[in-house]
Amino acid sequence: MDVFLQTLVAGILKGGLYALIGIGMTLIMGVMGIINLAHGQLMMLAMYVTFVLNTMGVDPYFSLFVAMPLLFMLGVAIQKFLLNPLLKTETILPENQVLMTVGIGMVLTEVVRFAFSSDYKYITTTYSNQTFFLGNISFSSALTIAFGIAIAFTVAMFFFLVKTDLGRSIRATAQDKDAATLMGVNTGRITVITFGLGSGLVAAAGCLLAPVYYIFPDLGGPFTAKAFIITILGGLGSTVGAIFGGVTLGMAESMGATYLGMEYEDIIGLTIFVLVLLFLPGGFKRLTKI
Amino acid sequence: MPLVMKDNYYLHLMILFLMWVVIGSAWNLIAGYTGQVSFGDAAFFGCGAYTAGLLATHLGVSTWWGLALGGFTAIAVGLPFGWICFRMRGAYFALATLALNEVLRHAATIAEGFTGGMVGILIMPSFTSKAPYYYIALAMAVASLASLQLVVRSKPGYYFVSIREDQDAAESLGINTHFYKMLSLAYAAFWTGMAGALYMNYMGFIDPHVVFNLHDISIMAILVGIVGGVGTVYGPAVGAFVMVAIQEMFRSGFFGLFKWLGDVSGSDSLVRVAAVLTQAHVLGFGILVVVVILFLPNGIVGDWPKIRKRVFRLDAGA
Repeated sequence: MDVFLQTLVAGILKGGLYALIGIGMTLIMGVMGIINLAHGQLMMLAMYVTFVLNTMGVDPYFSLFVAMPLLFMLGVAIQKFLLNPLLKTETILPENQVLMTVGIGMVLTEVVRFAFSSDYKYITTTYSNQTFFLGNISFSSALTIAFGIAIAFTVAMFFFLVKTDLGRSIRATAQDKDAATLMGVNTGRITVITFGLGSGLVAAAGCLLAPVYYIFPDLGGPFTAKAFIITILGGLGSTVGAIFGGVTLGMAESMGATYLGMEYEDIIGLTIFVLVLLFLPGGFKRLTKI
Repeated sequence: MPLVMKDNYYLHLMILFLMWVVIGSAWNLIAGYTGQVSFGDAAFFGCGAYTAGLLATHLGVSTWWGLALGGFTAIAVGLPFGWICFRMRGAYFALATLALNEVLRHAATIAEGFTGGMVGILIMPSFTSKAPYYYIALAMAVASLASLQLVVRSKPGYYFVSIREDQDAAESLGINTHFYKMLSLAYAAFWTGMAGALYMNYMGFIDPHVVFNLHDISIMAILVGIVGGVGTVYGPAVGAFVMVAIQEMFRSGFFGLFKWLGDVSGSDSLVRVAAVLTQAHVLGFGILVVVVILFLPNGIVGDWPKIRKRVFRLDAGA
């Protein structure tokens, strides 16, 4: 029973971080209808920013304030100069934008590889390996803090989308771009801001993950896949869905690692992905409606 | 060609080039003509390669049977997958193929007893000379181009294009879109699997990271198709030529230019530049993806009038 509870807790804590990664992507996918396959790479970049700041003595949690604006700007630039121009060109393949993000992801990975080489980097803080116990169940301190911050960001994002004018414009654009344009929403600007926000959120996830995970350039790919699975699980554009999706994926991975074996961890996510696409195409959004 | 060129190096490049013609034109049928962009060509490529390799190591069967069967194994994997996943559209299908590729890669790594896991498979090549491989690759490239030409000029070919242009309209005209997508997938899987089996025969060594590689196989296949021209018969041939040349350029550090410059001038930094450049092929691919999609979304063949006009300052009509 303890093993089961321990696995469950580990899964939920991991799931909170996954939710934060997923929200960024769900925003981008919901609003622009494109899949950002450079999402994990943006997170990887944020982790390296955290790493560099850490060598200068900045705590990973404070580097949030640097990494998020930085990645926000990068996201804005990518959307403005690389993705928006594609809307105007005439091509046979509508998937060009997706391919473009693949290319961007490759460039980011390799540029980082040149700057830092392929070596694994670690950020060691006083709390990296700390744990505390509730009953017989151990909690990793860093992951618990990360879980708390991730949930805070997610809740903030939810209220931002529901209550503010900008948030409403984003949701309007996600629902119907043409109608939103007719209602006086500058949809071009909204897409740029949304991509920036998505990048900023995943940057936050990167900073929170940095103290407990090793950092290397190829880390982006698997996390892009995870973000995508979470987005599909939660339903496009749904923040609440992203939380459910993230926690579900986190738990499924932990359960798989405990009861099937470590090497099955990635296959489980991919299998869930295909099953959800087939049997629950709307994801959890169907159940939560937001 | 081997009669004129005795140099093994160029023969090797030609074999690679012909192999990519096969893979590129297979990708082009399913993506360029049918509009179902596949990100998982490596899945079929790996299936073909592993078929040939496993037959040789477990049953001691000649790899030529592997070459014959590789394409069919790829179809056997591709059809159930397509049957399930063709109800997804556009980018979702693309991602499902990506998932298939990853699942197969993990499966090949985990099933150590059967596939050798990370260690991979090593077989003895049938020929010591490269010339026979060249003729086989040439025959395959010609056959794949001829069959592509045949398919796109036939009724299914027009159905494929109609699915690409407007799936709902095609459906309303009574075309069984699911069936024709499967047909297109079977064709693509077959030729990609054949290319994989050829790769196994030629290289004599595979492991999961080589044949199920997203960058080196799947993205390369997409690039071959896109650089050459999506939805054209001969585009992928042009694309394959360009891509193999670029890949080789990076691998050899611009044909040893920087190393030579470094040796001549005696400067260490130039030698270091050369070393860095040889590792930069993924970066080169990435930049190429971005540039090609931004400026030549229809590829060299598809955008040829535009290139002529811009670069050679010729009137497109003339």
